[in-house]
Amino acid sequence: MATIRIPAVLRNAVGGARELTIEGASVGALLATVTSSYPDTRDQIFGADGDLNRYVNVYVNDEDVRVLGGLDTAVGEQDTLVILPAMAGGSR
Amino acid sequence: MEIPQALYDRMVAHARAEAPDECCGMIGTRGEVVVSLYEAENTAHTPLRYELSSRDQLRIQKALDAAGLELGGIYHSHTRSTPYPSQTDINLAFYPGAAYIIIGLATGPQADVRAYRIVDGQVREEPLSVR
Repeated sequence: MATIRIPAVLRNAVGGARELTIEGASVGALLATVTSSYPDTRDQIFGADGDLNRYVNVYVNDEDVRVLGGLDTAVGEQDTLVILPAMAGGSR
Repeated sequence: MEIPQALYDRMVAHARAEAPDECCGMIGTRGEVVVSLYEAENTAHTPLRYELSSRDQLRIQKALDAAGLELGGIYHSHTRSTPYPSQTDINLAFYPGAAYIIIGLATGPQADVRAYRIVDGQVREEPLSVR
């Protein structure tokens, strides 16, 4: 079971949990379980194309999954995922 | 929100150093007082957008957690427009608990720094006092 740390901004959508422990062999499998269990998280985690939302950062053991294998990144039982909504914007 | 003069000056200096590109960073608070400022890389590297480096974001969030501080604010600069949240800023404001601080560099020789709360697409300016 991997551990997923839930940021404050997503906690209401998961019933207030700070962490979830979920079974799954890849980042995509774990996040799919999160979003099917807690549908209010879906739009923040996945884009319309089913890929990771451009404006969410997901880390496995402190490494951004975008520089690993994206949703296909393998996850072990002792691994920790962190989800952080991105910080972005701009004058236009 | 109250910010010490030295941290305010550092934030404005960061904005000037990155200009004409936008700068960005995070602010640690205890209660309503800013106690730390963390410059971050804008991976968009443009005058019109900011995307705070995911690596910096995790590093800074861990530093905040370790210090027992809250994420009190997220700052960025507007180098060509007024320091008011753009529609992009509003659409991408995922942190209702944090103040969105904008350092305006386009309105005169002095930086015009404003703080806003952005919740559910609604923008409300908040006082930012420099002490």
